[in-house]
Amino acid sequence: MTGQTPPDRIAERVAAATPQALATGVRGLSDRAIAWIFITPTMLLLLAINIFPLIWTIQLSFTNFRANRTNAAVKNVGIDNYTSILSDPDIWAAMQSTAHFVFWTIILQTLIGFTLAWLLDRKFRGHGFWTTIILIPMMLSPAVVGNFWRFLYQPQIGLFNYIIAFFTGVDPSSFEMIGSVQLAPWSIIIVDTWMWTPYVMLICLAGLRSIPDYIYEAAEVDRASHWRQFWSITIPMALPFIMLAVLFRGIENFKMFDMVNLLTSGGPGSTTEVASITLKREAFEKWRTGFSSAFAIILFVTVFGLANIYVKALNQVKSR
Amino acid sequence: MSASSSSAHSVVEPSALTKRIALGAVILYALITMIPLFWIVITSMKSPPDSISYPPKIVFQPSIEGYCNLFTNQTRQTPEYLATLPPPQNRCEEVTRQRNMVIVGPSNFLKRFANSLIIAFGSTALSVLLGTIAAYGFSRFKVPLKDDLLFFILSTRMMPPIAVAIPIYLMYRELGLSDTKLGMILLYTAVNVSLAVWLLKGFIDEIPREYEEAAMIDGYTRLQAFRKVVLPQATTGIVATAIFCMIFAWNEYAFAVLLTSGDAQPAPPFIPTIIGEGGMDWPAVGAGTTLFLIPILIFTILLRKHLLRGITFGAVRK
Amino acid sequence: MKKLIAGATALAASAMLAMTPVAANAKTITLCWAAWDPANALVELSKDYTAKSGVDMKFEFVPWPNFADRMLNELNSKGKLCDLLIGDSQWIGGSAENGHYVKLNDFFAKEGIKMDDFMPATVTGYSEWPKGTPNYWALPAMGDALGWTYRKDWFAKPELRDAFKKQYNRDLEPPKTLDELVDIAKFFQGREVDGKKVYGAAIFTERGSEGITMGVSNFLYPYGFKYQDPKKPYSMEGFVNSDGAVKGLEAYKALYKCCTPPGYTDAYMGEGLDAFKSGQVALQMNWFAFFPGLYKDEKVGGDKIGFFVNPKGPAGSGSQLGGQGLSVVAYSPNQAEALAYIKWFANPEVQKKWWSMGGYSAHKAVLNDPGFAKTAPFAADFLVAMGQVMDFWADPSYAQLLLSEQKRIHDYIVADKGTAKEALDGMIKDWTKVFKDDGKL
Repeated sequence: MTGQTPPDRIAERVAAATPQALATGVRGLSDRAIAWIFITPTMLLLLAINIFPLIWTIQLSFTNFRANRTNAAVKNVGIDNYTSILSDPDIWAAMQSTAHFVFWTIILQTLIGFTLAWLLDRKFRGHGFWTTIILIPMMLSPAVVGNFWRFLYQPQIGLFNYIIAFFTGVDPSSFEMIGSVQLAPWSIIIVDTWMWTPYVMLICLAGLRSIPDYIYEAAEVDRASHWRQFWSITIPMALPFIMLAVLFRGIENFKMFDMVNLLTSGGPGSTTEVASITLKREAFEKWRTGFSSAFAIILFVTVFGLANIYVKALNQVKSR
Repeated sequence: MSASSSSAHSVVEPSALTKRIALGAVILYALITMIPLFWIVITSMKSPPDSISYPPKIVFQPSIEGYCNLFTNQTRQTPEYLATLPPPQNRCEEVTRQRNMVIVGPSNFLKRFANSLIIAFGSTALSVLLGTIAAYGFSRFKVPLKDDLLFFILSTRMMPPIAVAIPIYLMYRELGLSDTKLGMILLYTAVNVSLAVWLLKGFIDEIPREYEEAAMIDGYTRLQAFRKVVLPQATTGIVATAIFCMIFAWNEYAFAVLLTSGDAQPAPPFIPTIIGEGGMDWPAVGAGTTLFLIPILIFTILLRKHLLRGITFGAVRK
Repeated sequence: MKKLIAGATALAASAMLAMTPVAANAKTITLCWAAWDPANALVELSKDYTAKSGVDMKFEFVPWPNFADRMLNELNSKGKLCDLLIGDSQWIGGSAENGHYVKLNDFFAKEGIKMDDFMPATVTGYSEWPKGTPNYWALPAMGDALGWTYRKDWFAKPELRDAFKKQYNRDLEPPKTLDELVDIAKFFQGREVDGKKVYGAAIFTERGSEGITMGVSNFLYPYGFKYQDPKKPYSMEGFVNSDGAVKGLEAYKALYKCCTPPGYTDAYMGEGLDAFKSGQVALQMNWFAFFPGLYKDEKVGGDKIGFFVNPKGPAGSGSQLGGQGLSVVAYSPNQAEALAYIKWFANPEVQKKWWSMGGYSAHKAVLNDPGFAKTAPFAADFLVAMGQVMDFWADPSYAQLLLSEQKRIHDYIVADKGTAKEALDGMIKDWTKVFKDDGKL
């Protein structure tokens, strides 16, 4: 797949899809006009499907509106929704579950992902093939695969317990990954780590490969030990890439919904009820639209802040 | 990942032993990571009793019941009632009758699978179309507040889907777009277009401007140069972007489960609801999951050289 | 590159194929219900209707754990997916008040369908809103209540009967009280039967939808739990958290802790069926709706299975009401055809066939037939259970009330948080807030 391939049929079709009438009609248009004509459709779509709804959400967040009672009177409640969210122990419990999940998935994925990247950077024969194999889980649907993990985690009949039992000798029905209060938070961490470690690995690998050889050559000349080289060259040079992976996983897991919803749906009790699950319950089961809009806005602001940092990190990596 | 990089780090070329240890560790990890997928495929070929046997069966008699149950609905009836029916027409009916069950009709799986295809292709085509022209605009022209606009475009993708779904739900209800394929296509396009713009901008940035300028000196207008010079050069990038958009739309669950209920429901919210007579019909779920994952596996292998670029919004290129 | 394009083209082609609409020659209406055995029986039954009327029937079945979420979402979004909906009993308040269902009084009057022909508990439970008034929003379609199944073959084993008699000083028979039920579950828990380790009872503990609430009610009601003061509506203090209710909740937790199979932390009807059919448990709590299927099961059915009504507790008897009514969705463009289907379905002959195929008719022509109790081993028990049913709130805010009970009860029973009294007090607090928001208090 290189740029030199002769024009393909797909390209021709894409070209054909650009409206001919538009193309000929605007023949004399200035570059500036073309720029706007090209960018505006995307902007309009995003305005209609992202910005307008966002403004609507803000407006709803100050009301007691319920989407399942359209004929009831809507009252303006000021910032009541916000104050009751911030003083609601259930919401804080959800935030804590989310924090636990985000923290441990990042730690595990970074450790395992970086180690794998470092091993793959040894460039043994067939590393390309094995990299592709390892990458597969992250391309799959978290919902569909997460659902299947429910089966793997069944005590007795599930493979997971059986494998653990095989290696440790404990009774496979003596522990329940998604049923017990102590293990359930780890059951979702394990599945997320299984899916997303390849992501961290891939970015770390790019980071390792971006370190120019001459730096190592210079270190060899200085007779720096391999250990020393690792800590003073490899880690600092790869750090922007690691940060990029960590930030993106942080944002993604902060809003985690699909996998957890199917695996534990927040249970047992509310042990694994992460923020998105609480939000779904408030918005689409209790139908407290106003209240949940306020909660949504709080999550928006948090993600927006994180995204800002993420884009800075992206640009930093890009300049390498 | 590619063979071309094997010449790098010549000075610190690792020893044969290190390589062998690294290879061993990586293979071990790869095999462990494949176990769940292997188990999905294995389960799809088991009979329902084998699938829930204890301890889990590795050696078993293969059965097509999982696939039969995936595509049909059945009801349990008395042997007297079964005797009044015409003899089984096909293998699936035969297998079902042996368990005192009657196939009452096709299940909704095929429809859901078709919905997934339509929504994924529709939204991919639209986001690549919009993304290509917008990326060209951002790449070649001076756009006021360019960085802010690009950040805005990217940040829309980062929003928690459940939070976005609340107003979308209300809006679609007013517009009559609830549970329609058009509604889902528009929504997925809005989410994917940010990725498309960022990725394609990177690809188009790499095409030297001189090509277009030369073409324009030859009498092409800007638009003709775009169509006849830039687009063919960007083919690889466009296809890679399209596949990324497709994978997102194919895998998406949160919007699908909240905004569709039947006519437009794709496969991801449907597969976890495949139940048998009792709880989950795991062989049927395995069968559905297997069929659902096959396209993604193919795409992943085809896309492997561009994966890195895709998951970092085009920031990391190698 | 070439491979990529070839693959994409092939997929695109298949998408095109899938898009080609199937030629529809006749009128089609869609019926939505939960995905379970009775629904598949209804598909088989409805083939008669298609043959008679020429109207094709499409079906949209959603498994119980997702049924309420999906269908209420569909109704709230004014969706046109379902023309007919067999909706759960608790939805009736919200669906009537928000105009999701078509009011059926005029239609019943015109077609001569009399609610007196149906069992009173089902009319109140599935059709009326407000409760106790003659405003009908559904035709009772599927009578249902909670009951129990037991392994008759195990209960008949002499060695087990002897051991039980020695331990409890009475015969091993289906329990008459909840205490006896717990004894039996304890007796079987961990015991070897036919060379396999078995467990006491499969009970409802599901968190996500309504499971644990529907299960625990069968201990709460017989122990004296009441939803509200009968004299003062929505006043709950001393009724929801009465001493009896606390004891009932503790008893359910004790049963969960001692006598359920491993990994039974999130189990509803499906898991119960699986546990019973795979021979893991001696007792199973489940809906009568499943009993015809279980009785026909080739492994545990026939003379291996027995049935009993939810036993008495210290404060009397009570069973959780299940079951659904058949309603016409107000947003459907095919209301005339949908009503015609209801008219056909209400016919006594159709109702008889419905019962014979595994559906629970609520029609007196079926239930009051002198031979009814003999038609199935659980038929007599069904009539008893339907005579002692209670239902959860059916108010428009039922989902909020249910979610609160799910959380409080699951937190107490499965996640071991707090005491029974605290769980019930918490429920009163949540419920009071909901009723205040609704202006009922």
